[in-house]
Amino acid sequence: MGVSPDSTAIEVEGLWKIFGPTAEKVLRCDDRFLEPAALREKTGCTAAVRDVSFTVRPGEVFVVMGLSGSGKSTLVRCLTRLIEPSAGVIRIGGEDVGQASPARLRDLRRHRVSMVFQHFGLLPHRRVIDNVGYGLEIQGVGRAARHARAGEILSLVGLDGHADAYPDQLSGGMQQRVGLARALAVDPEVMLFDEPFSALDPLIRRDMQAEVIRLHREVGKTMVFITHDLSEALKLGERIAIMRAGSIVQLGTPEELVGAPADDYVADFVRDVPRSHVLTLRWICRPPEPGEPLDGPELPASTVIKDAVAVASATSRPIRVVDEGEPAGVVDRVDLLTFLSGQDTDQQAVQATT
Amino acid sequence: MSATAVGTRSGLRVPGWAAPAGIAVLFVAGYLVFRGAGTLPHDDDAPQFLAITDLREWVDDNKNASPVFLYFINYIRLFVGAIFVALQSALHGLGWPGLIGLMAGLGWLAGGWRIGLLGAAGFASFGVLGVWESSVDTLALVGTAVLLSLVIGLPLGVWAGRSPRLRRALNPVLDIMQIMPTFAYLAPMVLFFQIGAPAGAIATMIYAIPPAIRITALAIEQVSPVAVEASASLGATSWQTLRKVHLPLARSTMTLAVNQTIMMALSMVVIANLISAPGLGSDIIRGLSRQNVGIMLPAGLAIVVMAVVLDRTTMAAAHRRAHERTARWRWPVAAGLVAGGVALTYALPPAFPGQWVLPMGGPVNDAVRWAEVNWYDATEAIKNVTSEALLNPLQGLLTSAPWWLVAAAVLLLAWWSSGIRPALTALGCLLAIALLGLWEHSMVTLTMVVVAVLAVLVIGLVLGVAAARSARYSAVQRPLLDAAQTMPSFVYLLPALALFGPTKFTAIFASVIYAAPPVIRLVEQGIRAVPHPVVEAALSAGSTPGQLLRKVQLPMARQAILLAANQGIVLTLAMVVLGALVGGGALGYDVVSGFSQRTDFGMGFAAGVAIVLLGIMLDRITQGADRRSSPHQRNSV
Ligand SMILES: Nc1ncnc2c1ncn2[C@@H]1O[C@H](COP(=O)(O)OP(=O)(O)OP(=O)(O)O)[C@@H](O)[C@H]1O
Ligand SMILES: [Mg+2]
Repeated sequence: MGVSPDSTAIEVEGLWKIFGPTAEKVLRCDDRFLEPAALREKTGCTAAVRDVSFTVRPGEVFVVMGLSGSGKSTLVRCLTRLIEPSAGVIRIGGEDVGQASPARLRDLRRHRVSMVFQHFGLLPHRRVIDNVGYGLEIQGVGRAARHARAGEILSLVGLDGHADAYPDQLSGGMQQRVGLARALAVDPEVMLFDEPFSALDPLIRRDMQAEVIRLHREVGKTMVFITHDLSEALKLGERIAIMRAGSIVQLGTPEELVGAPADDYVADFVRDVPRSHVLTLRWICRPPEPGEPLDGPELPASTVIKDAVAVASATSRPIRVVDEGEPAGVVDRVDLLTFLSGQDTDQQAVQATT
Repeated sequence: MSATAVGTRSGLRVPGWAAPAGIAVLFVAGYLVFRGAGTLPHDDDAPQFLAITDLREWVDDNKNASPVFLYFINYIRLFVGAIFVALQSALHGLGWPGLIGLMAGLGWLAGGWRIGLLGAAGFASFGVLGVWESSVDTLALVGTAVLLSLVIGLPLGVWAGRSPRLRRALNPVLDIMQIMPTFAYLAPMVLFFQIGAPAGAIATMIYAIPPAIRITALAIEQVSPVAVEASASLGATSWQTLRKVHLPLARSTMTLAVNQTIMMALSMVVIANLISAPGLGSDIIRGLSRQNVGIMLPAGLAIVVMAVVLDRTTMAAAHRRAHERTARWRWPVAAGLVAGGVALTYALPPAFPGQWVLPMGGPVNDAVRWAEVNWYDATEAIKNVTSEALLNPLQGLLTSAPWWLVAAAVLLLAWWSSGIRPALTALGCLLAIALLGLWEHSMVTLTMVVVAVLAVLVIGLVLGVAAARSARYSAVQRPLLDAAQTMPSFVYLLPALALFGPTKFTAIFASVIYAAPPVIRLVEQGIRAVPHPVVEAALSAGSTPGQLLRKVQLPMARQAILLAANQGIVLTLAMVVLGALVGGGALGYDVVSGFSQRTDFGMGFAAGVAIVLLGIMLDRITQGADRRSSPHQRNSV
């Protein structure tokens, strides 16, 4: 879908990060393509990010997911050079981050990109309001202005009345709201989240995910969201990149990942997802057979299959699927049943193997 | 190890103890054959000593011609001297009510009214003990040394905390500084800075600076990396992160660094009196040289009180919660206390009123005499048994054995316990001691250290195990250990001298009670650190408490016990040397006479070096044992 270069928020091209004493040397020879274990064996270096490229559109929620140790944190830290990348190009809002001088880089971090951390990273000796105002303080904003802005943001994240508390007096969920507020306070274009909710318990995590979705609607920031939790990824991500051993193995919409996993690794990831909750009619519609009646109910192609079942059960006619006004095909009861039963056999297979 | 090798090669079954036993037999035979030959008797006028004495004369003569002295060392001396004088006159200028008020105010700020009261009462007691003037001098000296230590140590510590490379470079230097017995600093100080307050302050500073650097570095390192990263992610410069994240988060641990620095300085400052720095130490040294406990006791008590007051005050400051809501009248009250004290200075006599001074000398000496008379049998028996059964035979053995036999024994012992490199270092130290011309005295000191360490270990194991097994006993013992560990080493000489009079045994006794508390504590911690599931498993298998101790707890606490032995050696060595002042003789005595008699300077200097070498040697013999199984363990502090 023709993304013009000036409308990308983040652009990453051929990014590498190799940890270790001989990183430079490894990068220059073919060793870098070795499997991680073999590489460590041979050179003592760890390739945490390997030849990663992607772009993020303005206002998009881009999710990176993968197992522990797959290089997600390293990748996201490379974006603002909290970890110095070994090779590759990173552009944020068109600016080449790799070439930025220390002052430009600070400027980028101060005004344009901010980050939310898994373990919050709050300063225990400061009150909540001063934690939220920290980024502004760093920029040299005066105390009154800082507190005014921090107060605003605190009510945005639902922490009214906690301004004078200290972080250790708050629950984990509230602490992460402070972390979120701190990142929001500087009004960045891009927000980076490194597994922000994995230290929280499931109920609070759900609240916080809803919070992020709400904030995204309200403030419309570009977000890069790291997680190892698939349901979180599916809930938040417009596009999801799946990482394995430092490389992106598949990048696509939730639907694409669930419907057409690129390899066994991805398939494994998405196996337990109820496909009918994620896939849409676009995935199963077919051209109408000659003589098939075309007067059944009409549904958009983006309808989730689960939701089409109710419609299909009310009529014996095939459902007409339309994509942005254009007819895309039809789906009848048999198609739906076949899909659902296929899913069933899939799940039985899973159960049989486990 | 070698036993099994031999066994497999010859096809014979050689039991594991055969090789050590064989070696032991060899040594005994060697001793019996060569006994008395190859000894290195002591000579007060050894050429090595004379050469060093001449060197000092030469330095003294050429001091004012050398640019190093003219433009550098002399300025340091003047600068440090100026700080001392400024501090001293400021403290005296406050007057005794003013100073008491100041301490009360600081105590109040640090820990509320309890600590404030402790500070006021503690400082007032200096006057009551009749040692106000010397106490203020000691305070000024401690203040100067601590100030210098912190001004140099804190920034260096912060830097080291952020730069692993600097940390690695500093570590061995600090290691050496910490195992050097306090005495060893003094001779070079005299060489460079002459005798007096500046030399005393600098020696004290060198002694007190390692904890300032180490603990600060640790404090900075421990700052949550996530907070640091968060700060960087918001675009903070590294200076901003240092000021707004590192320093506030490290604050309370850094206060601990200040606390440790003060305590180290306090224990050294008395020793600095040996090179004519003013203060309480001179009373103690006078008392020691006349064996007059009545003179020493007030000064000793004043030092203990000073240590307790400064310790509790800084500890209270360290433990204040990082964001405790500060009462609005915190500062006004502090200011009021200080102002009140200063106002009283004008109303009250300038010197501490004589009628408030508690006369102690007479009654104390009477008590000591009473104890001497009435406990004579008991103390004499302990002293004689230890001397006859342990001390004299061992000393006889070490001084009458040929030097090469002793060296070979040390080499093998260190090799067995720590490996070849430490063993070679230990051997090198021993040979250097021989070359310094101090073989015989070193062997005598070594005897004392070995006997003291054995006693310390026995006491440490018994009390440590007792504390680990009984929570109630541990609760009783802990405050005693705390108190004991805040006391400067000198203080331990007093009861020893009062009980046993000036002998070698007195020095050993003092060092045992000085070194025992940390050893007890380490043993207790080691046993307590044995994981609970392991203990539970052993109990569920039906172990008796004795079996549990022997088969599970002690073996698993091996690391901690070896560390305890190592600590015990370092502390004992420092104290045994100090024991020269209560009749310990040998190397310690050489050092002391080196300060008091110009002609003995060389011997004193060499003895200081020999003590350091002895320390390194013992450290290498024991340290390896706990390094071997856990190379990371010692990196922590
Ligand atoms: N500073 C470092 N030095 C050496 N290796 C590192 C460093 N940081 C990360 N690594 C290695 O890089 C790889 C990727 O680490 P990273 O933290 O990016 O993984 P992750 O996907 O974020 O995992 P998690 O889900 O556990 O946070 C790991 O193998 C890790 O051991
Ligand atoms: Mg991570």
